[in-house]
Amino acid sequence: LAKSCPGQETVTLYLRGVALRGRRPRPAPPSTSPPPASTSHPIKQEDNLTETRLVSHSQITRLYSRFTSLDKGENGTLSREDFQRIPELAINPLGDRIINAFFPEGEDQVNFRGFMRILAHFRPIEDNEKKSVAVSEPLNSRTNKLLFAFRLYDLDRDDKISREELLQVLRMMVGVNISDDQLGSIADRTIQEADTNGDNSISFNEFIKVLEKVDVEQKMSIRFLH
Amino acid sequence: MSWFTFPADNLLCRCLGISITCLHVWLTILLVFIITPAVLGVSFGIRRLYLRTLLKIFEWATSRMEKEAKEKNQQLYKPCSNGIIAKEQASSLQQEIQELRGSPSGLPSVPEFELADIFYFCRTGVESILDDEVTKRFSAQELEGWNLLTRSNYNFRHISVRLTVLWGLGVLIRYGVLLPLRVTLAVVGICLLLVLTTLVGFLPNKELRFYLSEKVHLMCYRICVKSLTAIITYHNRENKPKTGGICVSNHTTPIDVIILANDGCYSMVGQVHGGLMGMIQRAMVKSSHHIWFERSEVKDRHLVAKRLSDHVADKTKQPILIFPEGTCINNTSVMMFKKGSFEIACTVYPVAIKYDPRFGDAFWNSSKFGLVSYLLRMMSSWAVVCSVWYLPPMNREEGEDAVQFANRVKAAIAAQGGLVDLIWDGGLKRAKVKDAFKEEQQKLYSEVLVGGQETGD
Repeated sequence: LAKSCPGQETVTLYLRGVALRGRRPRPAPPSTSPPPASTSHPIKQEDNLTETRLVSHSQITRLYSRFTSLDKGENGTLSREDFQRIPELAINPLGDRIINAFFPEGEDQVNFRGFMRILAHFRPIEDNEKKSVAVSEPLNSRTNKLLFAFRLYDLDRDDKISREELLQVLRMMVGVNISDDQLGSIADRTIQEADTNGDNSISFNEFIKVLEKVDVEQKMSIRFLH
Repeated sequence: MSWFTFPADNLLCRCLGISITCLHVWLTILLVFIITPAVLGVSFGIRRLYLRTLLKIFEWATSRMEKEAKEKNQQLYKPCSNGIIAKEQASSLQQEIQELRGSPSGLPSVPEFELADIFYFCRTGVESILDDEVTKRFSAQELEGWNLLTRSNYNFRHISVRLTVLWGLGVLIRYGVLLPLRVTLAVVGICLLLVLTTLVGFLPNKELRFYLSEKVHLMCYRICVKSLTAIITYHNRENKPKTGGICVSNHTTPIDVIILANDGCYSMVGQVHGGLMGMIQRAMVKSSHHIWFERSEVKDRHLVAKRLSDHVADKTKQPILIFPEGTCINNTSVMMFKKGSFEIACTVYPVAIKYDPRFGDAFWNSSKFGLVSYLLRMMSSWAVVCSVWYLPPMNREEGEDAVQFANRVKAAIAAQGGLVDLIWDGGLKRAKVKDAFKEEQQKLYSEVLVGGQETGD
């Protein structure tokens, strides 16, 4: 990943330094070169580092500090157990699904880059970012936030929420407090309302349509201090 | 004998002579300036002067770091004690979901589910990944400035020559001068404790024994306090625990015991250990009453409660010192108090202890450091500075159960010490959270779905 812009180069190296196994850098702020001119987009990049545009210098440092404090094994990656150790996440009914979102297909370790990538979905959508010319859509756009939520339902990644998948999520959210029949009728009703092409499952477009009145930007955003 | 006439031997003898004189001088200084005042309970005020000087140096160091960082156009990592993210007002699950749906308040009477409900769980989940209330209590608190200790510096890299020189000087002083001094004092203190308490234990007269053991304990704890360079400020001493009561306090480190026992005599409660700790425990028991449990007895709650009640009922015995959190927390919060000590019918004397982290972090992170390594770290920090507040005694009220009483005491301690009052269990340091909490969340959500009606299983 050789890049020309100095600010970005240090970020790459730093991130690579974290992703390498065995290397255990102390939480040091990433760059020793002066930050680029614009302070609201401190880290410019190209290609697949789009996500880092959304996180400023000091926020990366803070996130890295949080990442290392969660990383009890001190090997530069987080495992599912590291997430489970957070009590407030462990008692969240959808905790396991959220944790799964961090791990790419078939892997059980996530490095700092992957960690930041998911968290970038939750950045608030700021006006100036809307105006900027993006190569590809930023991770925290409304569509991408909705896609994140859609994937929490759609476990098998077939781009459809089937009745079984919906039932599974409902069961996770209500525990033992609602009977199967009642839950089944809730699921049926929901699919009926959302399904427009009659395939008895909810596709991503149908999902977007159902939620068009919901203020996704505000509900799925987490504001950073500083 | 012929080998004594070597010239090297003369040199050796002279060196020995010099070192013995040095030792004499050192011991005299120790005796005059530290041990005797400790024995008599007098203070010269040297430690406070030391603190003021240190503070000035720290401020200078921090401002230098900021200046240099600005010059080089870098950013300093500033630890943020307010958290990473802006958390909204803690509203209940039901409120949040109603807001999400944009419907007026009041639970719906028809089972209603919206696909958007997932956003609530999603956001709270990710918020807790970014910043949660519990895991950060089990590691050392981050400081706002730098106190010339590498262990608390998150920006550590070469900032300026002057700072590095100052830091190097600090290392020399701490490890070369302070550490040996403190270790000697600690050894002296512990030896005195062992010897004197055993001696006092041989006395036949009970009154005399009680009186002398108090004096001996106080003296030895004073020496131990000096060995840590602990500067303690006691507030509201009129509320000091009296006999027939239980003293409860928040727990940050094993040193809490020394800090409290420096000002009054308590009966300790704990498990029987082996080794040095065991020796100290056995010696202490000879001259005053302490409650040591075998490992097997600890599980038997009735036995524990009975022994505590018996001790409390006997008015000649000293107040019991208990740390209801059960484990060391990092002194930014108070976690759940175990209800066992609050079930005993007696007066509870709450005490709040707050350490000043600028001079050395007192928290014992038992998963990272063993006890000896922790003590060495403590003795090689600048000082241990803390405030102790004695709160007015509390009794269990009518109709209050042990858990509510424990929470009331906890809230009082947290308010006085400026700590965050948490309901989470300190045992979460090692154990997983109970499923009951998740089931509670699920129950709350089900009520939103079905409007609080009784549903089938």
